Amino acid sequence: MIPAAFDYCAPTRLDEAVRQLAATPEAKVLAGGMSLIPALKLRLLEPPLLVDIGRIPELDGLAVRRGNLRIGARTPHATLLGHPELRDAPIFSDAASVLGDVQVRNRGSFGGSLVHADPGADWPALFLALDGEAEVVGPKGKRRLAARDFFVGMMTTALAEDEILREVTLPIETKRAGAAYRKMRQSASGFAVVGVAAALELDRKGRIDRVGIGVTGLNPVPFRAASVEARLRGQAPEAAALPGLCAPLEEADPVGDLHASAAYRTHLAGVFVARAVAAALERARA
Amino acid sequence: MALKPVHVGQPIKRREDPRLIRGLATYTDDLKLHGTLHAAFVRSQYAAGRIVRIDAKAALGMPGVAGVFGYDALRGQVGPAPCTAILPDMAHVPYPLLADGRVLYVGQPVAVVVARDRYQARDAALAVEVEIEDRPPVVDLESALAPGAPKVYDELASNVCWHQKPEPNPELDRRFAEADGVISLRLVNQRVAPVPMEPRAIVAHWDDGPQKLTLWSSTQTPHGAKQQVAVCLGIPEHRIRVIAPEVGGGFGCKIPTYAEECLLPWLSRRLRRPIKWAETRSENLLATTHGRGHVETVEAAYRSDGKVTALRGRTVADMGAFASMLGPAIPTFTHLLACGPYAIEAVSWEIVDVYTNTMATEAYRGAGRPEAAYIVERVMDAVARALDLDRVAVRRRNLLTKDVFPYTTPTGAVYDSGDYETAVGKALQGFDWDGARAACERRRAAGELVGLGVATFTEICGLGPSSGASELDRRGTWESAELRVEPTGAVTVMTGASPHGQGQETAFAQLVADAFGIGLDDVTVVHGDTDVVTHGVGTFGSRGLVVGGTAVYMAIQKLVAKAKRIAAHKFKTSEERIELADGFFTQPGAEWRLSWAEVAMAAHLWNDPVPGEEPGLEAVARFEPPGTTFPFGVHLCQVAIDRDTGEIALERFLSVDDVGHVVNPLLADGQRLGGIVQGLGQAWCEEVRYDEAGQLLTGGFTDYTMPRAAMFPRVELDWACTPSPLNPLGAKGIGELGTIGATPCFVSAVLDALAPLGVTHLDMPLRPEKVWRAIQAAGEAR
Repeated sequence: MIPAAFDYCAPTRLDEAVRQLAATPEAKVLAGGMSLIPALKLRLLEPPLLVDIGRIPELDGLAVRRGNLRIGARTPHATLLGHPELRDAPIFSDAASVLGDVQVRNRGSFGGSLVHADPGADWPALFLALDGEAEVVGPKGKRRLAARDFFVGMMTTALAEDEILREVTLPIETKRAGAAYRKMRQSASGFAVVGVAAALELDRKGRIDRVGIGVTGLNPVPFRAASVEARLRGQAPEAAALPGLCAPLEEADPVGDLHASAAYRTHLAGVFVARAVAAALERARA
Repeated sequence: MALKPVHVGQPIKRREDPRLIRGLATYTDDLKLHGTLHAAFVRSQYAAGRIVRIDAKAALGMPGVAGVFGYDALRGQVGPAPCTAILPDMAHVPYPLLADGRVLYVGQPVAVVVARDRYQARDAALAVEVEIEDRPPVVDLESALAPGAPKVYDELASNVCWHQKPEPNPELDRRFAEADGVISLRLVNQRVAPVPMEPRAIVAHWDDGPQKLTLWSSTQTPHGAKQQVAVCLGIPEHRIRVIAPEVGGGFGCKIPTYAEECLLPWLSRRLRRPIKWAETRSENLLATTHGRGHVETVEAAYRSDGKVTALRGRTVADMGAFASMLGPAIPTFTHLLACGPYAIEAVSWEIVDVYTNTMATEAYRGAGRPEAAYIVERVMDAVARALDLDRVAVRRRNLLTKDVFPYTTPTGAVYDSGDYETAVGKALQGFDWDGARAACERRRAAGELVGLGVATFTEICGLGPSSGASELDRRGTWESAELRVEPTGAVTVMTGASPHGQGQETAFAQLVADAFGIGLDDVTVVHGDTDVVTHGVGTFGSRGLVVGGTAVYMAIQKLVAKAKRIAAHKFKTSEERIELADGFFTQPGAEWRLSWAEVAMAAHLWNDPVPGEEPGLEAVARFEPPGTTFPFGVHLCQVAIDRDTGEIALERFLSVDDVGHVVNPLLADGQRLGGIVQGLGQAWCEEVRYDEAGQLLTGGFTDYTMPRAAMFPRVELDWACTPSPLNPLGAKGIGELGTIGATPCFVSAVLDALAPLGVTHLDMPLRPEKVWRAIQAAGEAR
């Protein structure tokens, strides 16, 4: 697996990276390289220039302030596994512990996963379920994008060619709230056959007040399962009632592949929505 | 000779490992020869078709490109790729080093590009335009036998490569007629990829001065490669040196000498430059031989007490697009081992080797025996189900008893020794089978899908004698060893059993160190260089210790005898009176003693000549196995199945194996663990898949599922020991054992877990969707 020739730069400032990206059509941003490098080796991509963002300090960092979690785009997956700031948000460890393997977790980045938007990537489900917001920087300055507007097509986001994801902010609710991620791993790649992030807030009577369900793996584009959310809202379901409430997903539009047919994927979506909701409920009630 | 077990029998860590884990080992791709050019292959994108045009104009103009060669450049200068398993009446079409006007499978080398570095070579290879007029391929092995199926070779009557017709067998017919019952099964032993950690790699250097070719290759059989490259290229064998430096695994796929291994030397001679090629992982999955690829149908006649009396089987084996070196012969081992460890009285077996437009199949860890064990174990489970008997009880009714050895099976195999019942008892006790059974019942009552699996199996190792060897094969089944003693007493062992991860450097050193009472550090084991190890055969078929180790033992004996004569001369006594123990030669009742090192120095200095002897201490031996060994084992396991997803969790796995005497239990456990995991990989997740057009669907690790550490519990291991009478070490071979027992054991457990739902059959691999669908179908049937 031998890539085509390419140029390489490693700026230390974000505006310089944006400038390099804007100056060379088809240039690609290199973060952890866990998807980009294999794509280069297989010659699925032959970009003329790689802009390595690994030396830009403002893309690093993770902090919770006033109930908002800020994650720098370059943050490796492994940082989100058992991070002390995330003690009240175990959903991050849920996902980071089933994402790729140790090498991928150490090299690959949170932001890279969102921007690459692989249909089986894990973080998009959390980003959607938690109603996150992205800050992206381009030649004309920065702008903010809501999670709901972020994923626009298969492996396509709302970012322009010359924009770089700087950071993501996610609200972390702690009062009568719980969130969980559950997934079936594709046996070879470790990507999600189906992955579901469920985030819940209960009212004082223990009924589901706010609910976000992000689904990855099922459709070519990750999505919010609004149909399930609508059924859950106002309920205080027992475990036995969950399978009935969590399936079907009216948004399901799966594509079958070698590892899971469309019918199986659709079935699994119901199973994993129920599992994620059950785990989120348990955390919210604890 | 007293083999005092200071080292032998001890779990000594591999001496190879420090260099391997510290990155100090030299693999073929690590070699950097001055002036090396790099090769890249242009491979067929079509499974079948005619080459209309190869246009290399653009490629030839690219930076660094030294040449582009197609079949036309080779015509008349080289022979076909080596194939040694040309069976009687086989429909064999020689396989060219580059496609000779037609393409037979996706991945077949069509042209080769040579350039200054591998990036330039790859860029240029992509610029070579190959126009192919494609035609419908035949991909599925059973479809290949259908009337009117597209033919892989137009010049052949059909896609049948070789056909072993079942012989008329009145004994067998009688047993079927008298049977209380007959079960029949159709079983798929799917195609899998060997996936060695190190893909293939080759450096060829034709040196114009001495007119000599040096070929570095990641091979299991450097001596075989030397002979076969000589035949293919018409270079005398004594002008070829093959070096297998560090080799990172083979599992059978590095037994054959590939077209690429013949082509690079040709290029080197033509361009007068060293040429290197290192396979990418994509190429490895596409164009290195695959394994298995059988569909079997079997009928078994049984009595109401569970005794299986006769088997009638048919193997349809996928050869792929050409006969690889041993490929066509692999299914004969399935026939030979059809009875497993059981006293089955009559067997008939039909074999149909079939060509398809896919990569060739070849030996893969077990090579025909895992298929056999899978069939007979599924038969035992099916008979138990048919009679509502316990699966272990059915096996015990059929196992050969320890008083029958040597035992000749109806298929002609001669089992050397065995005590199956002892191993079974040990395994059941170690697993607490009855307790596990009861616990499973309780969990089932609570709604869980849990099951236990069992496999009792035997296999064949250390093939011999050489009576079947032909000039075509260019090798017997013996193995060589040469021991050279330094003046200091340190010993260098040269073995023809060229290892690729097995640990012979450690195990053979243990044998030598104990024999002479020296330390392991005083023993060097050299292998994998045909100029240093004059003759040899290689490491495959679990023969390393059984055959190669025995050759070392024989050379040790020759050295001991001479050393005793030297000691006897020095102290004016007769050699019969001299004993060697703990590194000292002594004579009972006499005061003197002489160390091994002192004898070595005396042999070297020769200042006190021994009449009738030559100076020095060195010995050469070749061990010719008088027969084959039959290790055996019992595997037990427990699985739980997630009803909602079909995912299987392996909760326990226990393996009790009998390989005779063990030289290094740590290495032996490593072999068992690796084999078990590889065998479970086939049962659980591995499968090479092509689409109908013959395009490989599992062309990378994102789609080809390798088993992973996290899938496995701690495997429980224990031994039984029935030494082989066929070699002085009493060893039976261990390399392939795991892949033979583990596969049927796992399937047995999964089908046991699904039995309450009425599921009686699934084909491997038991991937989640398949299991889930079986659960769904069972639910709908109710």
